[in-house]
Amino acid sequence: MPIVLRELTQQQDGLAPGHGLCPGCSESVVVRQVLHALGKPAVVSLATGCLEVSTTRFPYTSWRTPLVHSAFENAATTIDGAEAAYRALVRSGKTQAQDITFVVFAGDGATYDIGLQWLSGALERGHHFIYVCLNNEGYMNTGIQRSGATMMGTWTTTTPIGKKSPGKLTWRKDMTGIVASHDIPFVAQASPHAWKDLMTKVQKADAVDGPAFLNVLSPCNRGWRYQAQDTIRLGQLAADTCLWPLYEIDHGTWKLDYKPHTKKPVTDWLQSQGRFSHLSRPENGPVVQEIQHKVDEEWERLQQRCRE
Amino acid sequence: MTLQTWKELLPGGPIADPGNSIAVETGTWGVTQPVVDFQKCVHCMICWVYCPDSSFLVQDGKLVGVDYDHCKGCGICVVECPKKCIAMKEGAKNLPLGS
Amino acid sequence: MATLTKQRQKLGKYSGTPVALDGATLVANAMRQVRPDVVAAYPITPQTVITEAFSEFVANGEVDTEFIQTESEHAAMSACIGAAAAGARTQTATSGPGLALMFEVLYVASGSRLPIVMHLCARALSAPLNILCDHSDVMGIRDAGWVILLAESAQEAYDNAIQAVRIAEHPDVRLPVASVMDGFTTTHGVERSELLPNEAVAEFVGPYKAPYSLLDVAHPVTLGALDFHDYYFEHKRQQIEAMERAREVIRCVGREYGELTGRHYAALEPYRMEDAEVATLVIGSSAGTMRVVVDELRRSGVRAGMVKLRCFRPFPGKELAELLGGVHAVGIMDRSVSPGAANAPLFTEVSSALFQHGHAPLMRSYVYGLGGRTPGPAQFRQAYQDLLACDTLETQPAAPRYLGLRE
Repeated sequence: MPIVLRELTQQQDGLAPGHGLCPGCSESVVVRQVLHALGKPAVVSLATGCLEVSTTRFPYTSWRTPLVHSAFENAATTIDGAEAAYRALVRSGKTQAQDITFVVFAGDGATYDIGLQWLSGALERGHHFIYVCLNNEGYMNTGIQRSGATMMGTWTTTTPIGKKSPGKLTWRKDMTGIVASHDIPFVAQASPHAWKDLMTKVQKADAVDGPAFLNVLSPCNRGWRYQAQDTIRLGQLAADTCLWPLYEIDHGTWKLDYKPHTKKPVTDWLQSQGRFSHLSRPENGPVVQEIQHKVDEEWERLQQRCRE
Repeated sequence: MTLQTWKELLPGGPIADPGNSIAVETGTWGVTQPVVDFQKCVHCMICWVYCPDSSFLVQDGKLVGVDYDHCKGCGICVVECPKKCIAMKEGAKNLPLGS
Repeated sequence: MATLTKQRQKLGKYSGTPVALDGATLVANAMRQVRPDVVAAYPITPQTVITEAFSEFVANGEVDTEFIQTESEHAAMSACIGAAAAGARTQTATSGPGLALMFEVLYVASGSRLPIVMHLCARALSAPLNILCDHSDVMGIRDAGWVILLAESAQEAYDNAIQAVRIAEHPDVRLPVASVMDGFTTTHGVERSELLPNEAVAEFVGPYKAPYSLLDVAHPVTLGALDFHDYYFEHKRQQIEAMERAREVIRCVGREYGELTGRHYAALEPYRMEDAEVATLVIGSSAGTMRVVVDELRRSGVRAGMVKLRCFRPFPGKELAELLGGVHAVGIMDRSVSPGAANAPLFTEVSSALFQHGHAPLMRSYVYGLGGRTPGPAQFRQAYQDLLACDTLETQPAAPRYLGLRE
């Protein structure tokens, strides 16, 4: 299905305004893009997080789709249950078959850390649903604490900068890689700045027979300390520094979706956000070097996998 | 909104009125809101696809205005508009369209 | 106020099938017969026989259920929540630490008012690790807003399993139900029971009509919203009301089941209580042993009686107060403890209820059977001897008596 924005504007937004997300939050941008790309009814499961608390504050809901939230770690399993119910009820004739898709929106906290087991189990069971990880690199809803997605050297409220600490000490999990090893038909990294790429991936994700996983960078102006208006621009910068490459793994075939014309140094990324401001101090030079080294290593490895 | 008693609420707390958050006017959050120069606008819909608050009003494939009741004034549209025809202004909702 | 379902023709003409099965397999049959749309479960001793037996029914097409093999018990309950929210009749089963692992989502299930039925094979909670029966797991979830029914035998577990569906799904209730049987004693002990015909069960439970569903895309509903201080209290009060209404529903369903099978069920089952001067209150399989002791005592001229508690939530305080009205002293048999509490769980519940209803016979607390130390008649006889010697409040010791503990 070719993606033409003007055509998409004719569909009503699956997410209504009036929610409590911060001005400039990318999560609702991603949700809107995903739901428009699907172009059909979605049954949505949310993990506890910014999106969930801001869009379902009783008695208001921003969702124009059916929505379920049960807990923080189990969004994938909850939707798996709903999906199983759908198949069972259709099979027994208790409900009509419909063209609907089961979708999860969960943050990096819910996906990389507390919900890792639940996601893994749902992936292994192999039923069709689309899992969208809204990766803002931290537990933002509870106050900008570190997560397994937070990059080395980042200030967070639980990896603060102190006399004995330059921020988070460990690198970050390769969640996309972890999911890829579950051998599911579609895995991808995306970002809302590349809306066409994201939407195309959503459509590919919907077409597969089995689970699909989209890891979407979701810049957070509160947690990352930048001006709200730069949210989309930062997605571009992440791709240009190769810090958040856009790629996909379609039935095991790795494909790079964006290669920057000129690869920018990570310092461009680090200088764009207040959460890294301590890294400009000379004593943190080694940390910056390590970050660049890691990014380069991963970028090389990714390119190689995509070439094979 | 009058707060309902326990007998009036739906058991289990489901919300059966989809998208009713539209009643919450988040347009009061920001100091400035965007004003579109329709002379320059090419209706590319880039502002629409990047808006976190669904605040660009489109009709028949044309941008017709801004939902000032909900726009939080984040300014993403200003940065992303390829024609640079959006500007943040105070009291935007009271300005005539296209100022 | 619950209403009786329309009068149906007494199926007294059917013949149930006598079977010799362990309780777990019998319950798995009940699960099969109620035809759940979705079952999500994770194995744990001693529940494993249920999941295995049910898997075989699914594998052979004897039941058309989506069986989600989750990777943990928390995931099992999470999947149940999603399935029930999508309008499916949903079940699960677990024991001990598995139940403990589900703790968070048990509250979500009942708060979301989803009629999930869980077969709980009562097992001790670790540490120390123990796979045998006691009621620590059940008591751990007493505040979770689940209806809790407890069985003495395989037959009762089967009967409760069927009634649980009607209770959970009743529009006045819409709460999840834990149908409990004793781990190993009941799950693995083979007893002679009666299996109802499939049609009798199917007709008794009827189809599930969910009030709303995630699959109804034409009428989208948001389930699991965030409440602040302005709404949470009201939603909780609703839950309490549903649990209160469950009393009448449990009564009605028990009566209806009695008309179907000849086995009548209520919240309590008195035994030789009409003129009892001393009595015990017991839950689960040990009721069988207690009954033997009561009969022995009666033969020797003691006016002994026993009350078996079948429904722990909602707690039948008023009915219990009435039953114990003329009793001089009652022993409360607890198969779990609450370190540091005023008393063990059942004793606390009973004394609180009797206090409210203005009648409290002399009461003694007994703790028995922890970690699978199933008591024999001798230990229970001791309890009655205490009760007979119990004259005044002063002769009631503060601490419980631990039956069978090596001291």
